[in-house]
Amino acid sequence: MTADTHSAIDAVWRIESPRLIAGLTRIVRDVGLAEDLAQDALVAALEQWPESGVPDNPGAWLMATAKHRGIDRLRRNERLERKHEELGRELEVQQEMAVADLETATDDDVGDDLLRLMFISCHPVLSPEARVALTLRLLASLTTEEIARAFLVPVSTIAQRIVRAKRTLTEARVPFEVPSGAELDARLGSVLQVIYLVFNEGYSATAGDDWMRAGLCDDALRLGRILAGLAPKEPEVHGLVALMEIQASRTRARVGPTGEIVLLLDQDRARWDPLLIHRGLAALERAEKLGGALGPYALQAAIVACHARARTAAETDWTRIVALYDALAQLVPSPVVELNRAVAHGMAFGPAAGLELVDALISEPSLKGYHLLPSARGDLLAKLGRSDEARTEFERAASLTQNARERHLLLERAAACSR
Amino acid sequence: MRFLLYETGNAKPSAPPSPELMAEMGKLIEETTRAGILLATGGLGDKSTHVRSSAGKVTITDGPFTETKELTGGFALIEVKSKDEALEWAKRFRKIVGDGESVIQEVFGGDGR
Repeated sequence: MTADTHSAIDAVWRIESPRLIAGLTRIVRDVGLAEDLAQDALVAALEQWPESGVPDNPGAWLMATAKHRGIDRLRRNERLERKHEELGRELEVQQEMAVADLETATDDDVGDDLLRLMFISCHPVLSPEARVALTLRLLASLTTEEIARAFLVPVSTIAQRIVRAKRTLTEARVPFEVPSGAELDARLGSVLQVIYLVFNEGYSATAGDDWMRAGLCDDALRLGRILAGLAPKEPEVHGLVALMEIQASRTRARVGPTGEIVLLLDQDRARWDPLLIHRGLAALERAEKLGGALGPYALQAAIVACHARARTAAETDWTRIVALYDALAQLVPSPVVELNRAVAHGMAFGPAAGLELVDALISEPSLKGYHLLPSARGDLLAKLGRSDEARTEFERAASLTQNARERHLLLERAAACSR
Repeated sequence: MRFLLYETGNAKPSAPPSPELMAEMGKLIEETTRAGILLATGGLGDKSTHVRSSAGKVTITDGPFTETKELTGGFALIEVKSKDEALEWAKRFRKIVGDGESVIQEVFGGDGR
């Protein structure tokens, strides 16, 4: 086989496999079986395409092949003794196999299947780690090896996580459907959370040199953009996309020439990506236009949009950022949001105002060991001229962070307090 | 990875694109948008202007420039996982538009990688 055909098949697979697995899941009602059939089709493609060339409509070819394999498997199973009920279901599936055809399905049908697959792979019956792994595997077409490398865990761990997740879904008989009514909000929240987890994993790694980890940002953005097409009436979907697009616009400016972290207010804004900012602001506008109060993602997007709109750090509209953090703290109260709110207050109304709010968090148990608390406190103390206390806080923050580059930055700030 | 896809050609088609072609193109744009890979796209006007600088002097010349390979048709800026994926989308585009030539070039800088 030529390397060219092989990589062409890889590319086709990346484009087609989510739709393929989604369509097959609709027919066989089991994600694990659907993925097995899709893999069978991929193996067939790897055997045949180098000879025959890539077919004109590779998606339809893969679907037809997967369905044939599915019928073969069912026939094999029928010969074995089995329960009546299962047989009945399988005959039903066989009929659906014969009728359902990807080519006659409309784009909306395919879209609905994809959306259902997203809801399944982010189902609350799975642990958050399992949801992330399964979503990257089924919807972002990442291989088990790629996921393992991105999350810095052994391949066998991810492989097991995916196998168990599929088994759990089968055992729980999770239906292949888009939830409705009151359930929709909670389930959509789970999908958004998975995508944002993936994004943050990549974003926190962009200061490192592992492109695969940083690539998670792109995977999350792609998933978010796909979801925005599938659920265009959901303001929080656009809110999350806006948040990710704007955060991603700063990727290049976050790292200095020697790999050091550059903080938001010190970044060279000419290095921000205007295209992503534009796309992010447009997504935020869509979220706002859908009406209603902004949700947590749209609020966070509105906050990062304030930074994106300011041409210089000095032009930042801190009063608006304070108002947005106040709203966010009301909606989803958490110590971390409270800490960010305190920092914003410090920027808008002076370091003393910020410090007062930060000090109220010192005894918060969930922030014990969270390096950004002493780091923020150190910053406010330094601005108030309380250098000795500031240095202690920066040193404490440095001892708490896991990230070497962040530690370096914090120790530098501690040293600067002594000058 | 980001790639810029565009068409080159000597001659502009004299007839405007057929409604069928427009519909097919619309479908492809919809598909790439829904796949989350299309960042920007647009058609190109049929008049171009060359701005040249030489020895500190800038000269401006209005086209058409039949002797050079002008950009024609339109462009798309896409964000994909690999060059092969960009190639696959380019193939799908060429199947719709028929004879001609497309160019794919990686774009650096935007997203920092």
